[in-house]
This record gives sequence, structure tokens and C-alpha cells, in this order.
Amino acid sequence: MNFSNSTKKWITLFVWVLILVAIVAAPSVLPVFRLNLLGRYLSLAIVALGVDLIWGFTGLLSLGQGVFFALGGYCAAMYLQLNSSLEFPNGIPEFFGLYGVEKLPFFWEPFSSAIFTLIAIWLVPALVAGVLGFLVFRNRIKGVYFSILTQAALLVFFNLFNGQQKLINGTNGLKTDVTLLFGQMVGSDDIQKLFFWLSAVLVIFSWFIAKWIVRDRFGNVLIAIRDDEPRIRFTGFNPTIFKTIIFAIAGGFAGISGALYTVQSGIVSPQFMTVPFSIEMVIWVAVGGRGTLLGAILGAVVINYAKSLVSEAFPASWMFIQGGLFILVVTALPEGVLGWIQSDGPRNFLLRAGLSRRISTYPKNEIDNIEEPSQ
Amino acid sequence: MIKPLLELNQITVSFDGFLALKNLNLSLQPGELRAVIGPNGAGKTTFLDVITGKVKPTKGDVIFKGRSLLDQREHRIARMGIGRKFQSPRVFENLSVYDNLALAVSKPKKPLPLLLGKIKGFQSDKIDQLMNIVNLLTRKNVLAGSLSHGQKQWLEIAMLVGQDPDLLLVDEPVAGLTDEETELTADLLKSLSGQNTVLVIDHDMEFIRRLDSPVTVLHQGAVLCEGNMQTIQNDSRVIEVYLGKSEGEG
Repeated sequence: MNFSNSTKKWITLFVWVLILVAIVAAPSVLPVFRLNLLGRYLSLAIVALGVDLIWGFTGLLSLGQGVFFALGGYCAAMYLQLNSSLEFPNGIPEFFGLYGVEKLPFFWEPFSSAIFTLIAIWLVPALVAGVLGFLVFRNRIKGVYFSILTQAALLVFFNLFNGQQKLINGTNGLKTDVTLLFGQMVGSDDIQKLFFWLSAVLVIFSWFIAKWIVRDRFGNVLIAIRDDEPRIRFTGFNPTIFKTIIFAIAGGFAGISGALYTVQSGIVSPQFMTVPFSIEMVIWVAVGGRGTLLGAILGAVVINYAKSLVSEAFPASWMFIQGGLFILVVTALPEGVLGWIQSDGPRNFLLRAGLSRRISTYPKNEIDNIEEPSQ
Repeated sequence: MIKPLLELNQITVSFDGFLALKNLNLSLQPGELRAVIGPNGAGKTTFLDVITGKVKPTKGDVIFKGRSLLDQREHRIARMGIGRKFQSPRVFENLSVYDNLALAVSKPKKPLPLLLGKIKGFQSDKIDQLMNIVNLLTRKNVLAGSLSHGQKQWLEIAMLVGQDPDLLLVDEPVAGLTDEETELTADLLKSLSGQNTVLVIDHDMEFIRRLDSPVTVLHQGAVLCEGNMQTIQNDSRVIEVYLGKSEGEG
């Protein structure tokens, strides 16, 4: 399929109009329940974009993105809890009363400010990721050891948050659906509609940021680190700094994602830091297509939507389907669905099935600058 | 006498008791072209690993432009002006020919300028020039992974030159090249010396002869002898450990 440049432009424009119409119209077309699910899955697409940046482009397979996801969620939830606790004793969130806490822990204080919270949602996870990343990358820990280390960090954070009843309500987590925002319940349809739109806009925004990051030489250095890290050192680049930066950016993405997910699902708890959930994030990207940013978004949204549809129809079958999907991708489509499409996969498939004609020249003319022979 | 650009003093490298290099001494003058030969296991690659910071010597010192390299990390050494071409061509296969060279010529090699800035005009001219020299201009936007072996070798040499180093370390640049490509590579390296200092490691005697440069022979981790090709070929020790064997086989 070859389109001329102007046709391509029109197709792109058409797709964007379609997306915008879908976003604006979704709340009036979809039932509230479905809209809320779609909004949550859109927010998960943002953490998937981060996973794609660090894994798909830089080759860092992190199994601990749940940490940064949860940190973003906790930041948002702390603000909402404080914002709606005026009528409670001491003016602090209700759960503190259960554990006899009368004074707000110090780190809660700044979260009474909306502006601070909006910054902290991405900055706190980004800083934690940056510091952790720097220590790990400086010691040249990579490959499977890096993955194990991130998973260990995930467990450490899980246990830390799980045990701190007096600070953050421990295993019960922080509820957000019964808190107030703009004088309304966060769980109300109107506010949820706003969060749906915010998620959709932020997915597009994050996608543009990610595209901008990888568009030129910075992105090429990331790919070079993924493919041959010692070689890029001898070219004069310091991989530690690049890896730290991209890991921090992915952490920031995870934080935004976690905050949006929290306000739309009504609660943040240490359950966000379980091992399977962080692995699922990697699966979305693997299935959608490593190194294709759009693949990460589609992977996150489509797989999660399929998960809820399948689970409603056949409650026990999803884990098998997800496992099968992952095996299929690993064995047959190592570049993921979008990567397969981009690398002429469908044409090769049709070719093998005998349903398409072979291209008649080799090497391909457009690559080798060979004039097309006149017929 | 001019101060040497690079000096290796009494370098010893021990891998778990095995001595890869034993009290190795070597010095290079600015602008010099030097060939290093030696049988397998003579320590040729280890010797480059020491200069580029990949391997830290157990004993001895490496002085480059009057500064010790021992406490420097690889990317710092590269930025100080030492470029290295690897034995088997190592180019970034998932980047285009142009993008490979763009990474090599980019300066500074810091994250922010790379993220925010575009490549400068003179740098992109330099890339075109380099592609022209190594005959890759028509392959500008082709992924490096789809190049032939010889083209990868040349792309890597072009990347090395694009880094603009004072010292070029070239490890087996003609392995797997055709005779014609070998000649062209030898001429290219000769034309680079003078302005740059070039150190070439290779097995290929025809190639070394064509370089027409002083030769250092390594054997069992130490310098066996130094001199021009003529002297080397007539040295009885060299014939014994190296040339004698290979000529006997050939």
C-alpha cells in the first residue's frame, strides 16, 4: 500500500478528527460504567508509554513500574482526602481516627495545596525513579539483574506501604470516590466525565512528548544503548546519564497514569504494587509492539478492554487468554502486533498463504535509488 | 624530541593469574602511523582495552597528552580524543547510516543538547563528506544492519574519523574485506595519519606492507621487536614466533 504524501496527510487528518469526535462524543454514547472503564484504560496507556520508552527503546526491562504508578496515585489521593476532611475531628482524614492519630503526619502537609499536588504527581515518582535508576545504572547492573532488582524494589515498596497504617492507612489504601473536588463527589458522573476527558487528552499529550523524546539524536542514543552499550561508551556517550533520565521520565509517566487511574477507580492501595500488575504493563507493550509508541497505547487500552469484556462473559478464562496472547507474541510476533504490521508482516503472511503476489524487483527500488525500468 | 602523544609504561594485565600483558612499553609520536602485529593470544586486543579504559591494568600507567588515563571511564577517554574501531564491525544496526554517523560527530555528547538541539550545518556537511569517502552516500537512509560486511567495516571507520579523535585505534580493519577494499582501506588510513595518530592492529601481511609504517611485534604480552617491515621480516625471533610459522603454512 503506497499513498502519495498528500493522501497520507488527509488520512492523518481524518484519523485525528475521528479520534477527537470519539473523545468528545464518548460520554453521551457510552453507558457510565463503560465510560469509566475506558477512562481507566486510557490512563493505563500512559504508564505503558513509559514502559515502551525504557524497554522498547532503551532495553531496560523494568518489572517495578507499579512503584511509580502507586506513588502518583497516593499523591492524588492525599490531596483529595485533605480537601474533604474539614468536618472530621482535628480536620484530618477520617481513617487516622481508627489508629488514634491526632496530628497530620508531616509529609501530608504540602498536599493540601492543589498546585503542589499537581507537580508532585509526576515529580515525586520521577525523582524516586531517577535516584534508584542512577544508583543501579552507575554500577552497570543491566539485563536480567536489572529486572530482578526492580521487582525486588517493588516488593520492598509494597511491604512498606502495606505496613504503615498510621501514615497512609496501610493495606486499606486511601479512598477517593467519596472525597470532594470542586464541591462535588469525585465518584459522581460529572466529575468522572471530566476525568475521562482529562485522561484522553493526557494520553495524546504524553504520546507527543514520547515521540518528541525519541524523534532525533537523543532517541538514537537510547536505541544505541539498547543494541550495544559498550560501543556507545567508546563513541563518547555516558549511558548512565541517558538511562537515568529516561527511567525518570518513565517514572513521571507512571505517576500521572497512577493518579488518573486512582481517581477513576475510587481508591489507591498497595495492591497497585503487586507483582502481576507490573508484569501486565510489560505484556501490554509486548503485545502492542515494543518500540512503537502507538503500539503501547493500543496494547494497554485494547487488552484491558478485552479483559473486562471476556471476564464478564467467561469469568475464569482471562488468565489463560492473556497467557496465550503473551506466548503467541513471544513465539510468532516478537515485534508485537504493530511492529509486525509495520515490518510488512501481513504481506509476508498473505504471500506464504499464496494469497498475494511477490514483489517483482530486488533490491527494493525505493531503497536503493535505482530507476524503475520503463516497460 | 617531541613529547609522545601516548605512552604505555610497564603495563601488566593479569586475568586470574594469567598474564595477558607483561611489562609492555610503547610510545606513539603525534601524527604517527603504527602497525601492531602478533600471533593469536599475543595480547593485541587487551592492549587496546587498556588504552580505552575497558580493562584496568594490574600494574603500570597509560599517559595520553600528558595525563594518566587510569582513573578515567570509557566515555571520558573517548571524549579526550581516543577513538576505537572494533575487531568485528560494531555499528548500530537499527539506526541508519546517517544516524550512526550523526552520533559519532555530535558534540557535545550530553543529553540536553541532543534532546533540544538539531544537528549543526557543518556537522551534517561532515557526515556527507564521510559518506562520500567510504562510498556510502547512496546508502544514507539504509539501516546499518542491512549493509554488507565490508560496508559495515567502512561505516565504522567513518564513525571513528567522525569522532575527530587525535588517536585512532583500529583493530583488524580489513578482516573479511576483498583485496580491492583492503587496498582502499590501507590508503584511507595512510591519508589519515599525519593529522591524526593512527594505530592499526592486523594479521594481514599484505595490508601491513601496504601501510608502509613502523611495525611493533607483540608476543606473549610483551614487545618482541620494533622496526620497519624489512627489519621485522629479517628478525630471527619474529620469524620463529610468527612469520616463520605463517610463511611455512602458506
